[in-house]
Amino acid sequence: MVQALNYLKETASQTAGPYVHIGLAPGDAGFDIYARELGRDITGPNALGKRITVTGRVIDGTGAPVKDVLIEVWQANAKGVYPGSGDVEDGFRGWGRVIPDFGTGAYSFETVKPGAVQGRNDRPMAPHLNLWLVARGINIGLNTRMYFDDEETANAADPVLNLIEQTHRRNTLIARAEGNTYHFDIRLQGDGETVFFDL
Amino acid sequence: MTTRDLYQRDREWHPPALAPDYKSSVARAPRLALLSLQSSASELTGPTFGHGDIDPIDNDLIRNYAKSGDPIGERIILHGRVLDESGRPVPNTLVEIWQANAGGRYRHKKDTYLAPIDPNFGGCGRTLTDENGYYTFRTVKPGAYPWRNWVNNWRPAHIHVSVFGTAFAQRLITQLYFEGDPLIAKCPIVKTIPDQRAIDQLVAALDLNATVPFDSIAYKFDIVLRGHRSTFFENRPEGN
Repeated sequence: MVQALNYLKETASQTAGPYVHIGLAPGDAGFDIYARELGRDITGPNALGKRITVTGRVIDGTGAPVKDVLIEVWQANAKGVYPGSGDVEDGFRGWGRVIPDFGTGAYSFETVKPGAVQGRNDRPMAPHLNLWLVARGINIGLNTRMYFDDEETANAADPVLNLIEQTHRRNTLIARAEGNTYHFDIRLQGDGETVFFDL
Repeated sequence: MTTRDLYQRDREWHPPALAPDYKSSVARAPRLALLSLQSSASELTGPTFGHGDIDPIDNDLIRNYAKSGDPIGERIILHGRVLDESGRPVPNTLVEIWQANAGGRYRHKKDTYLAPIDPNFGGCGRTLTDENGYYTFRTVKPGAYPWRNWVNNWRPAHIHVSVFGTAFAQRLITQLYFEGDPLIAKCPIVKTIPDQRAIDQLVAALDLNATVPFDSIAYKFDIVLRGHRSTFFENRPEGN
């Protein structure tokens, strides 16, 4: 025997279930309870940079939209600064909660395009949104990123995209621009499966 | 702002994505391996919340949706600490909960279970941990409810719990169960977790010391988030 390390174990994850909205977005569950629902406004009114809309669907292994998913977004501001690690515009939270339409499964949210952030060893990362997905049937939240197809040069040098061995899979993380709207579908399983990360 | 790496998540401790007895995981589990990613600022920073974001009553589910009186059900206090794997408290972090009412009915437009809605119970609460990582809620104990998995599956009484920590990579959603509930051992969602010790860690203990006599019984539920690595030699270690 050796000495015990005595670390605690992380609390195990469980699915957020189909009624996740009750806790994290009660207005979407169908009732008003909090004076302020959190996560409704990623940027605040003072954010600098290009205002964009991101839209898409989360799709399961049968090709059906996941209508009860909840997505959390975490991003830097237009200068590449995360709230809490430098000065950001007053009211810029960088975090939001996104819920698709219960009928169609289409989601849509407004934000600003983030700037490049320094990655490990001071290598710049291409602009990206960090996304975390929970839903019924998802036992532990799925982490992915959304990059922008109009950042071709930065994407080509991005240290995270370059970790993806099968180069065609990198495209699963790149949203398609159409004016100020970016289209980004997330495929949980099967053809075109989105790359998910173990962080 | 520290940007120290996190301890690796033990994916043999957490449930796997694919757990076929929990049927809806089958089409919602990635088939390809997760890509391991060493943390950068994107993973090691995370949102923060303050007392301007929430109201003091938000952690009192007996009162936060009361219309004409108190909700029906077993009055409970739910309390505990948010710690990291090194046992350090996680202060000022947001804890959110949601649950069914005493009869197992959720206040959600998609829940059609025949047990009635309680007009005085919403079913959600939120609070910030204090400087020592403590949190408290007051609520009613939720009931078991049936769900469409196998023909006759019933969820144990449970409360959903969401916690942030300080890094986006610490983000966690789990479920709290209650000591002694015989449905725990039968639930396919509980049993997505392969290790019985990890299941035991999700079972809140009856805590008579924290009850309010002639008012509310209490359960204690500590939550453990991923710990941060020390940066030996490079900087002054902040201790394990």
